Amino acid sequence: MNSETRNDRLSLSFSRRFGPELATVLTGIPALVVAGMFGWILADILYHGLTQFSWAFLTSAPEDAGRQGGISTILVSTLMILGITLIIVVPVSLATAVELAERRSRSVRFDRLVRRSLDVLAACPSIVFGLFGNAFFCVYLKMGYSILAGGLTLACMVLPLLIRTSEQAIRAVPDEYRHAAASLGLSRWTTLFRIVLPAALPAMAAGLVLSIGRALSETAALIFTSGYVTRSPESLFDSGRAMSVHIYDLAMNVPGGNPRAYATAATLLIVLLVINGIAVRLTRIAGLTLNPSLEKNH
Amino acid sequence: MTWWSRNTSSQSRRDLALRWVARASSVLSAAVILLIFLFLLQEAAPALANIGISRFFTDTSWHPLSAQFNLVPMLMGTVLTTLGAVVIATPLGLAAAIYCVYFAPRGLATWYRRLIELMAGIPSVVFGLWGLVKLAPFIGQLGGSGQNLLTAMIVLSLMILPTVMLTTCSSMAAVPPELLRGGAALGLNRWSVVRRIVLPAARGGIGVGILLATARAVGETMAVLMVAGNVVEIPTSLLDPVRTLTANIALEMGYATTAHRSILFASGLLLMGLVACVALVAEVRKRSPHEL
Repeated sequence: MNSETRNDRLSLSFSRRFGPELATVLTGIPALVVAGMFGWILADILYHGLTQFSWAFLTSAPEDAGRQGGISTILVSTLMILGITLIIVVPVSLATAVELAERRSRSVRFDRLVRRSLDVLAACPSIVFGLFGNAFFCVYLKMGYSILAGGLTLACMVLPLLIRTSEQAIRAVPDEYRHAAASLGLSRWTTLFRIVLPAALPAMAAGLVLSIGRALSETAALIFTSGYVTRSPESLFDSGRAMSVHIYDLAMNVPGGNPRAYATAATLLIVLLVINGIAVRLTRIAGLTLNPSLEKNH
Repeated sequence: MTWWSRNTSSQSRRDLALRWVARASSVLSAAVILLIFLFLLQEAAPALANIGISRFFTDTSWHPLSAQFNLVPMLMGTVLTTLGAVVIATPLGLAAAIYCVYFAPRGLATWYRRLIELMAGIPSVVFGLWGLVKLAPFIGQLGGSGQNLLTAMIVLSLMILPTVMLTTCSSMAAVPPELLRGGAALGLNRWSVVRRIVLPAARGGIGVGILLATARAVGETMAVLMVAGNVVEIPTSLLDPVRTLTANIALEMGYATTAHRSILFASGLLLMGLVACVALVAEVRKRSPHEL
């Protein structure tokens, strides 16, 4: 006890003498290391990728297992998978978010059950989604390796993220809006679609954009659901290769595929950078629409 | 909080439809996880029933084509890579987060945070590509091919760093400012305030962040698959190649049939159970009032 207080006093006087400067250095160096590593990764991918990059890369089909040519068919597959994902996931998560955010008083237990399930779903490793998608969509529902199966698997995967962001967006709408609507005798439907959702729109859009980013980043869930085929898919039941799978395949299975893998990774990275920028901007807009007073005060 | 009673005149048919659609959607969303669990269980059942869990540990080796199913090397791979990643990422992430919140100039802190948020969204396959092409040859100078346990730990730690840092930042930001001002009024300098007030108060939130990061490390597939070497053996040094459970699934799903396929699903089930437990603990702790 005694020695502890003594130690405390010693360390206190120590930190008083060397405090802020030493602490700044001691925490600043790890911060610098982290930033340096991340900077190295970003710079490496962008530099080596963009030296390979050209307009023709985006518009021509892959040749020689991807060593030559571009990624046009890969882009088509990626967009088709993303389209399926969004068509399924947007209405379902919007409705779930409305249920969770606007009807909190109805059944606490039901809400908690839904929330817990979504928490676990959000934590599931992507390879588990891949296994499930393969067993359920590809085999059980007989879709085979297809764009449709891949898109549906991804839909399951981004569902919790989109629900959570939409729910937060709806909750962030001030209750005064709802009180005002209720006092005007507006129905729930009108309140929701004319007042609450428009006010929540920017924040919901930010969540949507983040979900798109998440879907584009996914690899492990797609390898065994949408497959490897590099041809341009003719229908939703064809197999198609997403960009991230293309990067993986070029880097691991195609000797000499690294330059094109880098170029694809740089393309994906730029798309994600743009997405990130849009999300940041939308979040700021959301803050301003819901709290216009903030702008005046600061 | 606003709600409408059931018998006001505002209860139109559209409102009723809205209610049912919303209710049905949330049931559907909640059912997805159940569906995943059931299908994994169904596919894993033959392995669990006919081969039995004990053989995953007692078989002589992992040769699924000749009915030898020893999963221990993969389990060890997952445990070691995860442990290494958490051990590297926790002190780094904590220190960097403290710097970002309390010591960095304001403009720098904003940009730093933005970089970290950006890195949280970088695909694992991109980390894997960088690890394979840049980091592995670098580590390879120490011996071997460079695709080994150490490389996997480093890449994995970089991938979970954003999780550690962002949760640490937000739980430190949630410490009531009165406490900080009180500390400052007592004459503590900034570092003492951080060490004696902020860190104890934010401990719960930081713990949750580390738990979530661990879950992410356990479930990570692509990056580890690309840099770990994937040889089925229990590593004896940091420079030995390893294969994790996730990488094993990704490598063998393509050609696995019958019992082999079933075992891969069983290991998927194991992963899901592991990660779900961690996530639930994290969620419960996050919501508990003791956190301050």
